[in-house]
Amino acid sequence: MSHSRDLSRGISPASTGMLGTVHGHQGLQLEEPLLFEIDNPGAIGVDLPEPGDFILRLGGLERNGEIGLPCVSEPEVVRHYTRLSQKNYAIDMGTYPLGSCTMKHNPRLNEKMVRLPGFANAHPLQPEATVQGAFELIDGVAYWLKQLTGMPAIAMSPGAGAHGELCGVMAIRAALDDREGGPTKRRRILVPDSAHGTNPATAAVCGFSVDTIPSDARGRVDVKAFAEKLDDDVAGIMITNPNTCGLFEPDMIEIAELIHNAGGYFYCDGANFNAIVGRVRPGDLGIDCMHINLHKTFSTPHGGGGPGAGPVVLSDALAPFAPVPWVVHGEKGFSLVEHPDAAGEAKPFGRLKGFHGQMGMFVRAYAYMLSHGRDGLRQVANDAVLNANYVMSCLSNVMTPSFEGPCMHECLFDDRFLKDTGVSTLDFAKAMLDEGYHPMTMYFPLVVHGAMLIEPTETESKRGLDEFVAVMRALVDRAKAGDSSAFAAAPTMTPRRRLDETTAAREPILRWSPEVLAAETAK
Amino acid sequence: MRYLPLTDADRSSMLDRIGVSSVDDLFVDVPAVGQFDGAFDLPDHMAEFDVERLMSAMANRNITTADVPSFLGAGAYRHHVPASVDYLIQRGEFLTSYTPYQPEISQGTLQALFEFQSMVALITGMDVANASMYDGATSCAEAVLMARRVTRRNRAVVSGSVHPHYSAVTETQAKYVDIDIDIREPDLDGTEDLTDLIDDQTACVVVQNPGIFGHVRDLSSLASHCQENGALLIVVVTEVVSLGALQSPGAMGADVVVAEGQSIGNPQGFGGPYVGLFAARQKYVRQMPGRLCGETTDVDGKRGWVLTLSTREQHIRREKATSNICTNAGLCALAFTIHLALLGENGFRDMAMLNHARASKLADLLEAVDGVEVLPQAFFNEFAVRLSKPAGDVVNALAAKGVLAGVPASRLYGVGTDLDNILMIAASELTSADDMDALVDALSEELS
Repeated sequence: MSHSRDLSRGISPASTGMLGTVHGHQGLQLEEPLLFEIDNPGAIGVDLPEPGDFILRLGGLERNGEIGLPCVSEPEVVRHYTRLSQKNYAIDMGTYPLGSCTMKHNPRLNEKMVRLPGFANAHPLQPEATVQGAFELIDGVAYWLKQLTGMPAIAMSPGAGAHGELCGVMAIRAALDDREGGPTKRRRILVPDSAHGTNPATAAVCGFSVDTIPSDARGRVDVKAFAEKLDDDVAGIMITNPNTCGLFEPDMIEIAELIHNAGGYFYCDGANFNAIVGRVRPGDLGIDCMHINLHKTFSTPHGGGGPGAGPVVLSDALAPFAPVPWVVHGEKGFSLVEHPDAAGEAKPFGRLKGFHGQMGMFVRAYAYMLSHGRDGLRQVANDAVLNANYVMSCLSNVMTPSFEGPCMHECLFDDRFLKDTGVSTLDFAKAMLDEGYHPMTMYFPLVVHGAMLIEPTETESKRGLDEFVAVMRALVDRAKAGDSSAFAAAPTMTPRRRLDETTAAREPILRWSPEVLAAETAK
Repeated sequence: MRYLPLTDADRSSMLDRIGVSSVDDLFVDVPAVGQFDGAFDLPDHMAEFDVERLMSAMANRNITTADVPSFLGAGAYRHHVPASVDYLIQRGEFLTSYTPYQPEISQGTLQALFEFQSMVALITGMDVANASMYDGATSCAEAVLMARRVTRRNRAVVSGSVHPHYSAVTETQAKYVDIDIDIREPDLDGTEDLTDLIDDQTACVVVQNPGIFGHVRDLSSLASHCQENGALLIVVVTEVVSLGALQSPGAMGADVVVAEGQSIGNPQGFGGPYVGLFAARQKYVRQMPGRLCGETTDVDGKRGWVLTLSTREQHIRREKATSNICTNAGLCALAFTIHLALLGENGFRDMAMLNHARASKLADLLEAVDGVEVLPQAFFNEFAVRLSKPAGDVVNALAAKGVLAGVPASRLYGVGTDLDNILMIAASELTSADDMDALVDALSEELS
């Protein structure tokens, strides 16, 4: 099973005006085939001992025939994935101003700590006496998060932000069912129009309908519109604070009072906690629950799309409904409550994940917390907000900020400054790729036209921000100079140029297979 | 502070540029009651070496599977991960990049995901796979939700062969969306027959192979029965290495395969982060949860990859999405991909057979111990045994002697059921003859 293909397919030296190379490489920008295309039957990347004599006990169900996995040696595998890595942009390479994602520096100390044998080689179901250090760590992270948020309880198991939302909204559902002695009649969740898509999606998978609250002219929740929606069928409200416009919701306390008086609960989406960590305890604002993305505020790596971790802090009202498992500290040290029937007075709504949560992320986050301390975390919030306001002030006279006044950790622009230039937000973002930057978040939030949401984070230097600002200003100048065709063609210097997403969705090719290869070759 | 580049001079000049006198002026929207000026009961910042010292001491308070002979499994397994896997996933370009929403500068992550999807489809015997889920248990729950969307029926049968964490997560996720979940009694002897429970109201049947007690079963007749009734057969695999030795669930007729991928490329790490695999028949692709990477071309006609079919997802569909999932398990999926690349066709199969050989040998030895009865006739690398004493007590006693003997069923099902004397014992390529002797000796002594 060996295949080769013409990787230079589609590259026409004449059309690019560049000298063509034999295999389509462009200097150090290397074309790399799929692993399946460097299959060399007989090659192998591991050495395993012979099993010796044994009785086969597979019940006659042993696998027959070939699986179809490629055969590749270790040097080839290392080279393959090294080359692939070089086609990625990363925080380690430069500013990553992706709004609402908090792409901050990922300290390597975190990676070193998670690889300590005492953590890496611990099995989740070891006898409790043998893993006291692991429980101590989970308990430590839980304590920090409760302190920083000013909340009395926490559920540690959710695997990511959206999973944390699920945890919080399920706790709300369970509390309402408990209060009403059966399935609650409150089936409506209020969600601002500026919310992340996960908020309405989460409410829906918990059996709630979603009622959208408009933003006001200041980019905040319209409190009057919110109050008018309150009724005895409202289960709760989900508010992101600071919100996705990069603004603090100044009416949190009034909103909390209103929702509580109406018999509902207050979910706070903590995706943007980085802006206020160490300065504001969300518990002081009257919330009932909030998830914390450890992969945002607490620097655990995004890893090209996870894994994350999304612990949820809970008020006294919701704490009894937290899912299993949780760590308790007794006379004999730490132990784990894993079964609802061992939960005593508590009424856990169930279990959200196998085992005990994203331990590896807890270890990394703990290293980060200890490194910063309470003083350093407050400085994190200060510098994150300072950096965003600095960028906004340096760009305000050439781009169009959507809202007046200072922002929090991210600044939001809309596309009014591109009016009549023929350049769209997308084109502008793609031009940034050729300048060596990952673009800001585009077209989100949905409440302003052609949104550009810039979050520098606290780990950018002033020099780095000045360079970024200079690039942005230069691009604005070019756009205003009528150079729209250059923007429409961008990017031109990246490993790939704009990709055909329409065809990808219309005729999905989601895996390699010999048939696909044959069909392509025939074209 | 080593992670914060701004100096006081920088801060001062930036505040001047903004036109405020203090950073506090930027927090004006926070109401006074929200401005925290008290002292957290937390330490101040620490030097890198102090953090290392403190955390190393904590790690050293664990006795782990690498320190003593270990036979723990039940959904998390100790395998050897080649050094190059961990090196490659720590390259900053992989480690510190975001979800590949800008495909022009994310081809590395995207191509690796495409390879991941291809490999997962191949080993499960399915047509397509997604770009990963949080873990095996959440993947299982999402499969049941998908079955409901596909069949528009709301009854699910969960076999007693399924890991209790998976059943519990599925039950929890289904709780508020009108799915009636029937979780069957633990299938200790591997003879459970679900056929009478399947009818034209059944959305899906969830079964695990090898089962939680180790039994390996032929699922083909169950699959035909599901098919006749229009129900989906969801097969759970908690030990993905088994797919190197056993017929694939796809070959036995599964419609959806969900698996825990930890064993390939990822450490036990006290339970996470792991990587959920989700694979299905082609016809269900538009109902699948999670991210999908697809092949396409760029404007120059060069092959490339993008995230695709995102109209299923929450950032586009909001409350109408197929799932609320956003982040997946990218880096763990990458580790899985690289480890499986190193294994390849032959290494994967050899590794699986080596696991089976070790477990088979261990079963031989344990069958000779008084007070131990090996339960499954056919198994892969893990099997349940019935002891003459409560397994939880035996495990604690053996831990004190320096042997991690396995997972007592009571750990998963609670104490006080008729499973109290059941112990699940796993072996792997790392289980040495000395390890086996240590277990046999300690068990013989404890049970005598």
